[in-house]
Amino acid sequence: MLYLTRIEHFNAAHKLYNPDWDSEKNEMVFGKCANENWHGHNYELHVTIKGEVAADTGFVINAKILSKLINELVLEKLDHKNLNMDVDFLQDKMCSTENLAIAIWQQLVAHLPEGVQMHCIKLYETPRIFVEYFGE
Amino acid sequence: MDKKVSVFRKEHFNAAHRLHNPAWDEAKNDAVFGKCNNPNYHGHNYEIEVKVTGIPAADTGFVIDLKWLSDTINENVLEKLDHKNLNLDIPEFSNLNPTVENIVVVIYDILREKIDPTLDLLVRLYETPRNFAEYPVS
Repeated sequence: MLYLTRIEHFNAAHKLYNPDWDSEKNEMVFGKCANENWHGHNYELHVTIKGEVAADTGFVINAKILSKLINELVLEKLDHKNLNMDVDFLQDKMCSTENLAIAIWQQLVAHLPEGVQMHCIKLYETPRIFVEYFGE
Repeated sequence: MDKKVSVFRKEHFNAAHRLHNPAWDEAKNDAVFGKCNNPNYHGHNYEIEVKVTGIPAADTGFVIDLKWLSDTINENVLEKLDHKNLNLDIPEFSNLNPTVENIVVVIYDILREKIDPTLDLLVRLYETPRNFAEYPVS
């Protein structure tokens, strides 16, 4: 078994705001992240897959294929977008880094080639804040 | 000691923006600014580097008190820009495109007023780890 990681990045606007709460409670829980006119981040995405190394290619996965999947299924939908407003697979979700990591996993997991499994989505919201999701 | 030394303070803020010229139609805005023109905005983790150059004072050994510099950047720049929409929330950008070039000049002008005029000031602003601007040009 071998693990392979592809690192990508995207830039997006978002806000943390629960529409079921009033502004006061949103402000109390989310602070300046609830700014109604949005703020934004440079997100860095680490996608780690696992599998056996194929005898004929020496690959777990062709890294070019993985890059293409991430670009088509994730980056084209997220890069230079407003996560709350523009992204079909985030509709009605709180746009936290946690939920974004889970949603990215779900975007990719069904599209991996046979014999390749998702292992981890690691997502940096800033250089100092990141989450990891292992599909559990 | 009369040797000039530069000291640096790094800070960061997160903000949304879009690049858009209201004098142009959508086709031209898309052609020039591409996905940066998204009407619903996008955003960045901005990193600021502030460089202050001067002769260390005989009594303190400081070019500038870096704690004072940090507080000054926080109170005058970060509180204004952090977790904001640069186009909508910041008056300086109501008629100025918030490119990394224009933002760095706005930050410089704010800080230049606060810092001892006998000290040289330079601001570098990273929009991403790969795109950054510096003002003034030496």
